[in-house]
Amino acid sequence: MKKLLILGGGTAGTMMANKLAPVLDKNEWQITVVDQEETHYYQPGFLFIPFGIYTREDVIKPRHDFFPSGVEVIISPIEVIEPDANRVKLSNGRVLNYDYLIIATGSHIEPEETEGLKDGGWRENIFDFYTLDGAVALSNYLKYWKGGKMVVNIVEMPIKCPVAPLEFVFLADWWFTEQGIRDKVEIEYVTPLPGAFTKPIASRFLGQFLEKKNIKLTPEFSTGRVDSGRNKIISWDEKEIDYDLLVTIPTNMGSEVIARSGLGDDLNFIPTDPHTLMAKGYDNIFVIGDATDLPSSKAGSVAHFEAEVLFENFLRKIEGRELLPKFDGHANCFIESGFGKGILIDFNYDVEPLPGKFPLPGVGPFSLLQETRMNHWGKMMFRWVYWNLLLKGAELPIEAEMNMAGKMRA
Amino acid sequence: MATKTLAGKTVEVDEEGFLVNPDDWTEEMAPLLAEQVGIYELTDRHWEVIRFMRKEYKERGQIPTVRRIKNVGGIPTKELYELFPEGPAKKAAYIAGLGKPQGCV
Repeated sequence: MKKLLILGGGTAGTMMANKLAPVLDKNEWQITVVDQEETHYYQPGFLFIPFGIYTREDVIKPRHDFFPSGVEVIISPIEVIEPDANRVKLSNGRVLNYDYLIIATGSHIEPEETEGLKDGGWRENIFDFYTLDGAVALSNYLKYWKGGKMVVNIVEMPIKCPVAPLEFVFLADWWFTEQGIRDKVEIEYVTPLPGAFTKPIASRFLGQFLEKKNIKLTPEFSTGRVDSGRNKIISWDEKEIDYDLLVTIPTNMGSEVIARSGLGDDLNFIPTDPHTLMAKGYDNIFVIGDATDLPSSKAGSVAHFEAEVLFENFLRKIEGRELLPKFDGHANCFIESGFGKGILIDFNYDVEPLPGKFPLPGVGPFSLLQETRMNHWGKMMFRWVYWNLLLKGAELPIEAEMNMAGKMRA
Repeated sequence: MATKTLAGKTVEVDEEGFLVNPDDWTEEMAPLLAEQVGIYELTDRHWEVIRFMRKEYKERGQIPTVRRIKNVGGIPTKELYELFPEGPAKKAAYIAGLGKPQGCV
């Protein structure tokens, strides 16, 4: 019996189990998935919770609902991966041997990395929305907030879903308008990047949106510490920014188990071949999703495109064939822009987000780098797609490799 | 490709002035590159960072991040920002003759 072990039952790990279970012969293969939690979180939904659009119940389901029969699912933290012995030790004492390992242990926020961030103000007037508890706490706070200065701060890059903080300020602008207190709220967007986003054309386009919505952009601010007694964030070079309400996107890191296993870089992300998705230095370990060190976005759409490539490469690997260097860094992100509208961007390692049209068979073209109602509708529809199609490994009418059709170069 | 002459040697540079080939770099070029980014004196601590970056690049093929310079190179981030104000990873890479550090997406 050959053993495939998948570490992490989030978006990427669940997709891989669902794609591989039907094609690997049950008499020859045992597939095991390990995750530390019973609950599967729809992470793209966290963004909507602070504004009362989604509740906690809208973004959680039991993890067990999403695995095919025949896949062994173990709920336990992981103690250590021992790649030289082809085995994994779990915190519950079990030792799992494997022939092939897929690491999908994701990324998470580490507020402790920033001095002062978890001092007195944490969950008082400092919140995150990258955890469910943080998003719910912020929702409760905003319900009764009378206004003041809200600072949204990206501590350092890379972060999961790099458009989410922008979406947050766009939605906040809309929500405060709805509440009738927009004139009492000052919004400042503080980022270590040189502009609103990572890539030049999208950065200019989204920068104009910030301006239009009267959101102040402070670029090139690398947060060194937080003084929650004086309500200030302070950069490494001693620039200070005041806040009444701080919405922080703390340092994002890969799982601790990656560090314990000596497999990661300084942020616990795993060095991964950018095109085949094989862990560098190993020939029976693949890495997928946020756990990689790839210069692609850490996002569900990226995990989805990686899953298509990894599925093919996994089957090639076990049949002794060469891996295909097919992953191109493709990402496809709906950016909620408030007032019932959205923006769509589609890009990869080499091609930055461009304006134009994005063809989607059966649904119709979406507009790229333009604000439309259709894009907002695409974003809201995605939750259903996620639970019902994406996690189950169904074919979606969108190719893993980025396509230039419809895109326009200036 | 643009070129510039540093310490008597003509080297290829990109549009922002970063050396294209790290092997072209010599220690004599460092003070000249430093001046171009507004650093007029290279102290021993500057050199510690520059040498660490060169060594990392040679061994790992990657320009170290601010976090790695702290964790492995032993230079606290606060001090690194004092040594190379406004974007230490980028400035130190520039002076060390390495390419522009890859931005994150």
